Amino acid sequence: MEQILSQAKKVAEEAEVFRVSSEQTQVRFEANRLKQLQTKQQTSVALRIVKNGRTGYATATEAGDGTELVNNAVETAEFGTKAAFKLPGPTEYPAVDILDEAVNSVSIKEMVGLGEAMIAAVTAHTPDILCEASVSHSVSTVTIINSRGGQADYRKSAFSLGIEGSLIEGTDMLFVGESQSSCHPLSETATVTAEVLRQLDLAKNRATAPSKQLPVVFTPNGIASGLMMPLMSAFNGKTVLEGASPIGSKQGQLVFDKQFNLYDDPTINYRPGSRPCDDEGVISQRTTLVKKGIIADFLYDLQTAALAGKPSTGNGSRSRGGLPSPSPSAFTIIPGDTTFDDMIKDIKEGLLVDYLMGASQGNVLGGDFSGNVLLGYKIENGEVVGRVKDTMVSGNIYKLLKDITAIGSQARWVGSSLLTPPIYLPSVAVASQG
Amino acid sequence: MPDIEAIADELAAELKKHKADYLEARLEEGQTSHITYRGRELESIGRSTSVGGNVRALVKGGWGFTSFNNLDGLSERVSQAIEQARSAGRGESLLAEVALVVDEVSSGVDVNPVTIPLSEKKNLLDEYNGIIWGTPQIQTSTINYADSRRKTIFLNAAGSRITQERADVNLSILAIAAKDGEVQQVLLSRGSRGDFASMRSLHDEVAEKARHAVEMLAAPQAKGGEYTVVLNPFLAGVFAHEAFGHLSESDFVYENDRLREIMTLGRQFGGKHLNIVDAAAVPGFRGSYKYDDEGTPASHTYLIKEGILVGRLHSRETAAKMNEPPTGNARAISYGYPPIVRMTNTYIEPGDASFEDMIADIKEGIYAKDCFGGTTSMEMFTFSSGRAYMIRDGKIAEALRPVMLTGNVFNTLENIDAIGNDLDRNQGGGCGKGEQMPLPISTGSPHIRIRKCLIGGS
Repeated sequence: MEQILSQAKKVAEEAEVFRVSSEQTQVRFEANRLKQLQTKQQTSVALRIVKNGRTGYATATEAGDGTELVNNAVETAEFGTKAAFKLPGPTEYPAVDILDEAVNSVSIKEMVGLGEAMIAAVTAHTPDILCEASVSHSVSTVTIINSRGGQADYRKSAFSLGIEGSLIEGTDMLFVGESQSSCHPLSETATVTAEVLRQLDLAKNRATAPSKQLPVVFTPNGIASGLMMPLMSAFNGKTVLEGASPIGSKQGQLVFDKQFNLYDDPTINYRPGSRPCDDEGVISQRTTLVKKGIIADFLYDLQTAALAGKPSTGNGSRSRGGLPSPSPSAFTIIPGDTTFDDMIKDIKEGLLVDYLMGASQGNVLGGDFSGNVLLGYKIENGEVVGRVKDTMVSGNIYKLLKDITAIGSQARWVGSSLLTPPIYLPSVAVASQG
Repeated sequence: MPDIEAIADELAAELKKHKADYLEARLEEGQTSHITYRGRELESIGRSTSVGGNVRALVKGGWGFTSFNNLDGLSERVSQAIEQARSAGRGESLLAEVALVVDEVSSGVDVNPVTIPLSEKKNLLDEYNGIIWGTPQIQTSTINYADSRRKTIFLNAAGSRITQERADVNLSILAIAAKDGEVQQVLLSRGSRGDFASMRSLHDEVAEKARHAVEMLAAPQAKGGEYTVVLNPFLAGVFAHEAFGHLSESDFVYENDRLREIMTLGRQFGGKHLNIVDAAAVPGFRGSYKYDDEGTPASHTYLIKEGILVGRLHSRETAAKMNEPPTGNARAISYGYPPIVRMTNTYIEPGDASFEDMIADIKEGIYAKDCFGGTTSMEMFTFSSGRAYMIRDGKIAEALRPVMLTGNVFNTLENIDAIGNDLDRNQGGGCGKGEQMPLPISTGSPHIRIRKCLIGGS
């Protein structure tokens, strides 16, 4: 890496080398049986330079002596964006614990055992269900060095469990599933399987939804599948800078219900979304986005922040091997004080939504969502009475989240990027074929 | 860039030394370039190179798969894959027979799109972006352009060695209009099997999309409920892919007795006018190839013929387990993933209805055009139109906001009551399955009409 950096410094004003390497092991089950063991070794090296004030960029899986990488970066710098940012110099990073070496000592046999335990618990409850399951662990190493003397490197472990079940009767299909992840090895499967059994129990009976405005409770999975994409794009500093975020000009204004609080936090110990610094070497920090319904801030990387005249929030992310771009690490919605049971009890006629399919295919920027209730239930007189099908739920998050009936008192992780309680909305458009 | 031909020689010899029920390897090297714009400004421009490989082994019905981009220690990689397969194997290995093949397939394009100077690509994109920004009330734009060229070498222990090159070009242009807190966006999506020239001359289309984004700001949202819906070829092609195509992928079906019952060959799915095909063997489209990633020759497979289920898509394993011929549909997005059953070029064959006939007797319906995305749970599907219009008394009436369509595939295929005579293909975008996306595919269809389709809305 130093060799690449020193070559790049000879032809450019600024340079930065970003390297990620990872090793992942995965055990996969299909149709309730062990099917495949998989390992994946991956390395990539990215070079970003500033030449004549413009950004150049190139990546490779194999950098060799770096000559091709430097040449490619120089070619692209001719057309690159004007670099408004300054790379961070030497920095003291906060201690964020994200490595547990114990993940590497979990044997294949133990991983197979975890998969078998998940499948055994679910098939014992519902013998006709067919499950796919996976158990995986990985360790990745990130290193960043730049021409201002900035240097960051860290190792991170991850361990995850997941199961998806399908139950088919005639042409009627039910899909259930849950997953869990941590930087620690996971040694019990009950958290995941209890959630799957809850879904199966609720879906046992069938019910029909009417086509009208109804109160709806979104579970954490329901929020992730229905409401998160519009929020993620609206709080992206880049969307704001372009003037395409509906809330971009509303910093300091009340936009959401006063109960609604949202922040991004990459500093929680042993969470797979955490890290001491972002992919540009900027210190990780918790960023408050919504406080009591008022827009507090947006997420920035170095370049976007510089153009907006703000400091980076440490959200530069290099997904898909590209240049850094603002992205949340772990969105967190702060719990309220209503229990999930009290929400359900409060509803005379309504829906409980666990999974919305296809909700983010519409006008995400404008805040619209519309999805098929792939997993959801009818609520009648304060009780969940059965699963609904052939039903769509639609709305606009800016209209809906302005008036929230209640926010749940218990938050759950959905994957590694969202921690949220359930949310109870008073009136959402439901269309149904009954 | 290491010479993967020389590494392939070494790896081929290595495969012969080891023992498994089945053993294969793939090596791959490739280059890509990309340019993205957000707003007026170019956001990112870059080039990348990659090289890597994998070894896959089958022992007693269990698979081992190891992927890497460090090409040292190949013998250990082979041993590791076999060891993994042994740990997973608890049954019987079954694979459909495929002939040994030694072949080389060129990319079929005269000019490798990656080698075209970035300045030329940028100039073209500047013209398109200029058109969008010249449209009043346009708030911003997003342009993503990417091209690639890659060469893969497939090897198996039986002695097959297949070198295939392919090139790919993909462009998406999003025009975003905004007024009084309302935001509307329209997408133009184009793809090609490596021919950069097909990305030129889109100026009129770009202008039209930008104008449409602005028009939609004033358009009302559809009222949710059941409608008779006419889909244009782009959207109908996505419908065929999402709503039916994924059900034809046998890896969902082969170990699932209940799904096998639903998908029994000979079952009636639609009217006599309905024919759906998947064909990688038709050359020149983004889903076209000569051999799949297991070395099986590509085919032309009728999935539905005259309304009846007559075929499905297979890997070697699913074909053997269902006792049907292999179709050459095992594909992987890159060396980092094992091949799984995927679609290629999937389309509805044309019928004889004209567009005018199709809308003539609709009193109140919806004409849905183009597509933002689509997804399926096998039974249920959703897809979103890029634009939409009311149909009133047999005529196209006012514009609507884009609509979200959803339904049950089994009922919906039966409810297709008219198929147009105007087959058109779409090559933009890509398909996702599991963690593997985007995979180059194409879709196609004429206009189709569906009775009783559920539309989301206020």
